[in-house]
Amino acid sequence: MADITEARPANGRVPDGILAGGSEQPTKDTPQAHLTPSRVSPRPALEISKRPSPVKRLRHLWQYRELLGNLVRKELKVKYKNSALGFVWSLLNPLMYLVVFSFVFGAVLHVKVPYYGIFFLSGLLAWNFFSAGVMGGTSAIVGNAQLVTKVWFPREALVLASVGAGLVHFFLQSLVLFGALAVFTRAPDLSLLPTLLLAMLVLLLLTSALAIALSAINVYLRDTQHLMEVVLLAWFWFSAIAYPYAGVITTLRAHFHGASEWIATANPVLLIVITFQKVIYNPAKDVALIDHGQLWYLEHLGIWLALSVAMLYGSLRIFSRLEDNFAEEI
Amino acid sequence: MAQAAIEIDSVTKVFKIYREKAQSTKERVIRFGRNPYERFKALDDVSISVTEGETMALLGHNGSGKSTLLKCVSGTMRPTSGRIAIPADQRLAALLELGAGFHGDLTGRENVYLNGSILGFSKAQVDRIFDDIVEFAELGDFIDNQVKHFSSGMYARLGFAVAINVEPDILVIDEVLSVGDEAFQRKCIERIKQFQRSGRTILVVSHAAELIRQIADRAAVLDHGRIVDIAAPGEAIRTFRETLTKRGIQIPDESLLEPPPSLVAPAGETAAGPRWSGPPSGSVPAITVDKAVQITGVRVEYPDPESRYLMPDQPMRVRIDYIAPERIDDIAFSLEAHDEDAKLIIATDTETVGMPVHAVEGVGALCFDMDRVPLLDGTYLLTVVAQTRDGGTTWDRRDQEDRFEVMNPTRERGVVHIPLTVVHYFQGAVPT
Repeated sequence: MADITEARPANGRVPDGILAGGSEQPTKDTPQAHLTPSRVSPRPALEISKRPSPVKRLRHLWQYRELLGNLVRKELKVKYKNSALGFVWSLLNPLMYLVVFSFVFGAVLHVKVPYYGIFFLSGLLAWNFFSAGVMGGTSAIVGNAQLVTKVWFPREALVLASVGAGLVHFFLQSLVLFGALAVFTRAPDLSLLPTLLLAMLVLLLLTSALAIALSAINVYLRDTQHLMEVVLLAWFWFSAIAYPYAGVITTLRAHFHGASEWIATANPVLLIVITFQKVIYNPAKDVALIDHGQLWYLEHLGIWLALSVAMLYGSLRIFSRLEDNFAEEI
Repeated sequence: MAQAAIEIDSVTKVFKIYREKAQSTKERVIRFGRNPYERFKALDDVSISVTEGETMALLGHNGSGKSTLLKCVSGTMRPTSGRIAIPADQRLAALLELGAGFHGDLTGRENVYLNGSILGFSKAQVDRIFDDIVEFAELGDFIDNQVKHFSSGMYARLGFAVAINVEPDILVIDEVLSVGDEAFQRKCIERIKQFQRSGRTILVVSHAAELIRQIADRAAVLDHGRIVDIAAPGEAIRTFRETLTKRGIQIPDESLLEPPPSLVAPAGETAAGPRWSGPPSGSVPAITVDKAVQITGVRVEYPDPESRYLMPDQPMRVRIDYIAPERIDDIAFSLEAHDEDAKLIIATDTETVGMPVHAVEGVGALCFDMDRVPLLDGTYLLTVVAQTRDGGTTWDRRDQEDRFEVMNPTRERGVVHIPLTVVHYFQGAVPT
């Protein structure tokens, strides 16, 4: 009996090259050959059991950037699979909003905003990205439970894929806006383009930060998902999208005087929305809807840029912590 | 130099087991939405060091913590305490479920790329191995169909093909080799062996003892979240069976080995209380012997009385206790053994072996003594019959109620152990 065991080499392995040489053992063409750096000892260890720091998480995400792209593609493909109109829905959605809101605010409530449609769309564009990113992101971990329990990869990629899909829709929907601009022969204030890009960056960071934190919390408290629907509804109406910001600031000034601008921009979405309106809607001088100069926008956006970076860091920490038990709680 | 490819160092994982899920609103408000829970140690101070190039198997009963450990190693779960590390320059791929991460609405091709990127490989890298994957999975043109139209076999094949073809340095497999048809399983094992030959590391969980014997270098046995043994596969399988035995799984009920109480002492006179639970001794009805010959017990005796199993080629005795109220002259005993797949291994009787039983009367025991049992590994069920010599009338039978177990500590696989020697003749050069 014992002979049988001893017939095998001590480590149970035939040395490399003797048997492996003859077979079509992949050597050069395997991805491994490109992945594995030269082996030096003692080798640094990768601690799987350790909670990665936010910086490490970002580095992982960078390594997995291709996964992020694939997940975004998957999200978009799956969303419109088996639908006849497909991506057209992304365009129809803002168009329908445009019709409904133009009718209610323009024709029924007589809001004194010229080209109301363009005004509304420029804010809605930012909002749609924000709400789609937050809602999609919040349910991203729970929705991919099967994947989360079975495979390791940076899980926030799932959340960011939802945000990324929102970004694609954002660009598609901006086509509607450009269409509207062309129809009404209006032009955005291109000199303010850097301000718009800054607002976009803040929006992206803010959405990602919120989505990452909420997605992790949602694993433990599924109510989060439902709560967010209500919160976002309120948030929409507090963000000066469907009505001019000037009205908000006038009301606030009556009570809070100098602090009113800070109070208004304590809602970062409002700040981003009015930046979008300023640049894209580009109101004529005589329509004193928005009364701030470019510097004002840059200052407030700058503050929110710093805050959203801090929020992203914080949310990655929360995510890291809550991730410990995803596989069992999900 | 052999280095550790997977270093598992005193890993403990505590789960919260929620006692009740549903609660009244009032209770929820009071408890602030939290449910009461108990702590449960799924892994208790587990340390395993898997050497580079080694294949380590994990054995354990359901709920022993194997899968939790694999989840911790693959990174899908983080241990409560302890450390798990792999060399930073090595890539680990976990195959905890075949086709995990496949999306039904995407085609096979799209899923391969998605799955590859989930495992951390770029499109260019997947491009290079794409054809191998399709060929290995035997999918052909099906690869461009939506995965939801795949059969479960195709699904599993594609999942395995992706994981094995991305060529990770460390492969973690959970009970997935039992999928697919036999031919595909063989192919998977072939591939795993090839994988082993190239010096890569594998951590595998499987219930299939034969598979572990075949592919593993060492095996760790988990019981209730603790490591009980880390040893060569044969040894570990034995330890594993012992843990099962201790837990009362797969062993004959002790009480069956004892003669019925009525035969030991008349009802009501039992000095000590009965060792088994049941009605109080006073009310135990006397078992009436209503058969001409009644088998009262079958006992398998191993050379080592302490042991619960036999090693290949050891002797064994099967002892049949009987009671015959009156003298019976036309009597023979037969013995049958079936393996777990109900395949007949041996069937013989006292007449066939030419050692007839002349008569039975009163209480007695008949023994089948076997010089050696050349079986390799497994559990064998015994059927014992007391019958007339021509087999026409059955006096009594016990059908597969008793069993014996053989544990094979070596790598030899199969059913029987045939001792052999190897002779090799060199007969010169190849004739031209």
